[in-house]
Amino acid sequence: MEKKRVYLDNNATTPLHPQVQQMMAESFSLFGNPSSMHEFGRQARASIEAARESIAAFLGAQSDEIIFVGSGSEANNTVLNLSSCCASHECRSGCDGNVRMITTKIEHPCVLETAKCLRERGVDVQYVGVDAQGVIDAGHLREVLRQPATIVSAMMANNEIGTIQDIKALARITHEAGAYFHTDAVQAVGKIPVDVREMEVDFLSFSAHKIYGPKGVGGLYVRKGVPFCPFIRGGHQERGRRAGTENTLGIIGMAAALRLRAQEMAAEAERLAGLKKILRDGLSRTVPDIRFNGHPAQALPGTLNVSIEGVEGEAALLYLDLEGIAVSTGSACSSGSLDPSHVLLAVGASPELAHGSIRISMGRQTTREDLDYFLEKFAAIVKKIRAMSTAYHHK
Amino acid sequence: MSDWVYSDVVKDHFMNPRNVLVDPEVFAEDGRGVVGNIKCGDEMMFVIKVDKEKEIIEDCRWKTYGCASAIASTSILSEIVKGMTLAQAFNITPKDIAAKLGNLPEHKIHCSVLGDKALRAAINDYYRRSGKPEKIREEKAKIICQCMNVTDHEIEDAVLEGVRSYVALQEHTKLGTVCGQCREEAIRLMDTYIQKHFLNG
Repeated sequence: MEKKRVYLDNNATTPLHPQVQQMMAESFSLFGNPSSMHEFGRQARASIEAARESIAAFLGAQSDEIIFVGSGSEANNTVLNLSSCCASHECRSGCDGNVRMITTKIEHPCVLETAKCLRERGVDVQYVGVDAQGVIDAGHLREVLRQPATIVSAMMANNEIGTIQDIKALARITHEAGAYFHTDAVQAVGKIPVDVREMEVDFLSFSAHKIYGPKGVGGLYVRKGVPFCPFIRGGHQERGRRAGTENTLGIIGMAAALRLRAQEMAAEAERLAGLKKILRDGLSRTVPDIRFNGHPAQALPGTLNVSIEGVEGEAALLYLDLEGIAVSTGSACSSGSLDPSHVLLAVGASPELAHGSIRISMGRQTTREDLDYFLEKFAAIVKKIRAMSTAYHHK
Repeated sequence: MSDWVYSDVVKDHFMNPRNVLVDPEVFAEDGRGVVGNIKCGDEMMFVIKVDKEKEIIEDCRWKTYGCASAIASTSILSEIVKGMTLAQAFNITPKDIAAKLGNLPEHKIHCSVLGDKALRAAINDYYRRSGKPEKIREEKAKIICQCMNVTDHEIEDAVLEGVRSYVALQEHTKLGTVCGQCREEAIRLMDTYIQKHFLNG
C-alpha cells in the first residue's frame, strides 16, 4: 500500500502547477543565449520579453521596471545592498553617502542577515517592532523616520505567521519622510492582490517557487526613476541591472505561474480561507492548550501558525513526517541554532511557545481530506509528546 | 543507510521511546535529576531506582521537553544504564550515546548531552538522599575569562553548539573580548572539548 502523503508546507515551497510544467517542457529547446543577435538568441529573447510583459501587467508595473533575478533572497539582497553602494564612491545616484536603513523585526533571514552585515559595514540600521498579531507598528516607524533615512524595507506577508501589512500606509509614511520603500512580497505575490502602483512602493521582491512556479528564479520591481546599482555585475543583461545569462526556462515558468495565479488566485483564496477555518476549529476541538499566532483576519488565507504547550516543535514535525505529513516549525532545534523563531519572539510569544510552534501552510492541492488526516494524526501525536513532556501539566 | 533524517536506530527509539516516566508515584525513585531549561528549548528529567547494597541502577525512567535527538538519545541511555554500577553510569559520555545511535549530525550533539547530564544529576541526588554526600561528584565550573566571567562549562557548551574557532568562541561567549589574557587557555580548552565530543579515538 502506498503511504499517504499530505503536504502542508506550501510557504516553504510548492509543487509545479501541471500547466507550468507543460509550458516549461515545451520551452526546453529554447537554448539560445538571449543576448545573442542570431535567431537562436532572438527566440529566447522574445520569450523572456513576453514573460516580462505579462509579469509586469500582473503586478501593475511597466515591463522595464521588472528585473529577473535568481531568487527572492537575491531580490532582497539587491535592494538592501543599494544602501551600501550609496555609501561608497561607486555610487552614481547622487546620494550624499549618509545611509540609514530601517527594517522590521519579523523579516525573512535574507533581509535580517543582510541588514546585520550592512550594520557591521557601518550602515545605520534600525528595526521597527510589531504588535501581538504581527502588525508593524506604524507609529514606531514614524518615530524612527524623524531622523532622515535612505530606505525602509518591510515584508508584505509574513512567511511564518501569515500576517499581512498595510503596505500602502507604510510606504506613505516612508515617502513623507523622504525615504525609499521596499517590500519583500515573496509570500504575497500570487496569493493576495498586489499592485505596485496602488501600493506606491519603490521596490518589490517576488519569487516563482512559492506560487507553483520553478525554483531558482525571482523578480524585482524597481520603480522608474529610483536610483539603482546592480548587485551582480558583469554583462549588460537586464539592461545592465543584473548580470548573468537569463534563466530562460525559469522566467517562462514564472510568467506561466503568475498567469495561472491571475485566473485561480481569488477562488483559491476563498477556498483556503474555508479550509483554514476547518483546521482552526478542528485544532481547537481536538487539542487543548494551544495558541494561534498571527493576525486572525489580516493574514494569508492558507497559513496557520499554532503554539502547542509542552510540545517541542521539531519532535512534532518529525512524528508528523513519519505519518507522511509535512509541516514546519519555529523551533530552534529544526534549524540547528538555539534561538527559536524570531518572528514569534517579536510578537511577544514566550520562548517556550516559540519552540513549540507548528506552521501549517496550505495550497491549491490541499483538500478537506488532507486536513481530516492531519487533525486525526496530530491530536494523537500531541498526546504522545505531552505524555513524555516535562513541560506539560494537565489543568 | 536510512532514508529518514536520522539513523534507523534514532528513528526506532524516537518512534518507540523506552522507559518513559509515566507515573512518578508508581515508580518510586531513589534519585532524580533535572537539567536544561524550557526557555532554551529543551529540558530533561531522569529518575533512577538503585540497588543500595551493590550500588547498581536497577531501573530508570525519563521525561523530556526536547527534540527527536533528545528523545532518542535518552531512550537509548535508559537501556544502557540498567544494571550498571553508579560509578560506571556516571562516566557515560555523550559520545558513547551518539555512537550507539549510529551517530548524530554535529548540530544535534548538544541535544543529546542532556540525557547523561540528567543521569549524573540523578546519581548525585541518590547519594544526597542516601546519606553519602561524600560521593557526590559535582562538575564545578572554573572561570576562564575573568573579565567577562566565562567558565569552562560555557566553553564546552559553545563547542557542543558548533563553535570551532576562537573568533566564533568570542562571538558566542564574549570571552577574551576585554583584556584578552585568557586567549591561550581558552583555545586549549576549546580544542580539548572538540576532541572530547567530535573526534574519534
